[in-house]
Amino acid sequence: MADDLLRDEEITERGVAREMEDPSSSLVDSAEIIHREPEGEGLEPEQEVLTINMGPHHPATHGVLRLIVTLQGEQVIDLKPVMGYLHTGIEKSCEDKSYWKVIPFVERMDYLSYFFQMEAFCGCVERLVELEIPPRAKYLRVLHMELNRIMSHLVWLGTSALDLGAISMFWYCFRERDQILDLFEMSTGQRMHTRFFQVGGVFEDIPLGFEKKVREFCSVMPSRIDQYEALLDRNEIFLHRTREVGIVSRERLLELGVTGPLLRAAGEPWDLRKVDPCLCYGDFDFNIPVGTVGDGYDRYRVRLQEMRESVRIIEQALDGLPEGPWVADDRKYVLPPRDELSTSMESLIHHFKLVTEGFRVPPGELYYAIESPRGELGCFVVADGSSKPARVHFRDPSFVNLQAFRDMSVGGLIADLIQNLAMLDPIIGGVDR
Amino acid sequence: MPDAPGLELIAQGVEEGRQGTVIETAFEHGRATLIVHPEGVLHALRWLRDTPEQGYTFLSSLHAADYLPATPRFAVHYELLCRDRVERINVKALLQDPAAGDDSNGASPEEKLPELDSCVALYPTAEFQEREAYDFFGIVFRGHPDLRRILMPEDYVGWPQRRDFPIGGEPVLFTHNEIETPRWFE
Repeated sequence: MADDLLRDEEITERGVAREMEDPSSSLVDSAEIIHREPEGEGLEPEQEVLTINMGPHHPATHGVLRLIVTLQGEQVIDLKPVMGYLHTGIEKSCEDKSYWKVIPFVERMDYLSYFFQMEAFCGCVERLVELEIPPRAKYLRVLHMELNRIMSHLVWLGTSALDLGAISMFWYCFRERDQILDLFEMSTGQRMHTRFFQVGGVFEDIPLGFEKKVREFCSVMPSRIDQYEALLDRNEIFLHRTREVGIVSRERLLELGVTGPLLRAAGEPWDLRKVDPCLCYGDFDFNIPVGTVGDGYDRYRVRLQEMRESVRIIEQALDGLPEGPWVADDRKYVLPPRDELSTSMESLIHHFKLVTEGFRVPPGELYYAIESPRGELGCFVVADGSSKPARVHFRDPSFVNLQAFRDMSVGGLIADLIQNLAMLDPIIGGVDR
Repeated sequence: MPDAPGLELIAQGVEEGRQGTVIETAFEHGRATLIVHPEGVLHALRWLRDTPEQGYTFLSSLHAADYLPATPRFAVHYELLCRDRVERINVKALLQDPAAGDDSNGASPEEKLPELDSCVALYPTAEFQEREAYDFFGIVFRGHPDLRRILMPEDYVGWPQRRDFPIGGEPVLFTHNEIETPRWFE
């Protein structure tokens, strides 16, 4: 009996204790709710804070970017980018592919600068296996990368001007872009996502007549850039929308890790092609355009000048294009020529090994960075000795540069937010990977 | 890149400020790597950034990697850049997996995650990249201002880029196969 009583007492005590806990905590909650002042209460109508959601599908977000914008009247007081809507797990998928099958995958991250993605990955693997690529391959890579840079800037210019209401720019820019895509089709067989670079060099030599076509393009392009400038440089609306808008100091940009035209527009002459030349960029004579103020207009001017410099690099690459093989002659990493397969047993074995298993990369890890149209594009590869990478990571410039968007836009008007995003030029495929 | 003797001098300098920070140095493919203890990573980064003759003021990239069979299992890489001399150095913080050898078989309510100090105060550019490392590897950065998932959905369960996370297997839902996975939204 005594035992039972004791147990009853215990139970009641515990029950009481539970009762004591529960209502008290709920009381605190409800008290909080009661005493919480609704935000913006007692303010003038124009001072009220409004949080709106832009995107993910908004024509001016250049992809599926979602922005949570807090507004006071028309002024932006806070901004949060939400991304991941285009995340397809490319980095994870790469771990399941042999090295040569990774190349077409990584091209699709930043879908406007596929040659740069390929170069970042192939260059990284070449350094891991310590494979030197022939000079002609270096020149062909630079040639295609610079064409790609112009193409990427043209898409940027067309869509950005469209955001600011200049629809005709879009047609003009896409006219020239299409010429570049035709050139890509001629040399690589594909207009986009060409998989032209491979570990050891490039896939094919350029066809006959390609050089002539590129030279024709190079002779026309500077006058086209003149035309774009004539349309925009002194355009009243364009100037009003871009000048003194979205200024971030150079120090702050460097803190935020921003690279590429955004940083150069703020007056910092930092370009990896110049300071740390990969491939054969050291052979060419070109300038690094920089801005002074770092507003939207400077960003526009820097990119236009970059297109001119790219044309110069392409012309020099054509002039200095060395003869010789376009791919390294190392059968451990590069497929043997097709005609050897019917005569040489050894070539057939190499071919079979490369196609079925792929080549193996000795254990090691490396970070390799190049200058893409949007800034420092780095590729980090961990090799574990097998024929598949253990980790592929891309340091995408759009992803890092997007952090500066808040600094650019807070304090400005919501219309300027669109302009800032346009001048930031993020490619959401690269951001989300 | 600092050359191999230069790297040893850097390791010595870091070690002088805080004993036991540098575990090892590595120099391969022309890339200098300073392998540090996770508790000393902030000290190493601050030393490299603030020592005048080093001046690694720019963080190019921060990324994590999973070396599954190895212990320590995880590593966070900091790719530092000195813009004056155009030199890169890699600081690699090795992290043990706290869930390793845990034979509770998932019975413990809280998942044990590896932890590391956040370097956002030193390098503000790390904010998104630390979130990315958290999102994909489940590495918790102590002191990060806003540590949430960044690319995966906020309610996602699991750390997808760990090596033991399977590839595939998650059906993509369209209207035509919704019938095969009824009530998928619950």
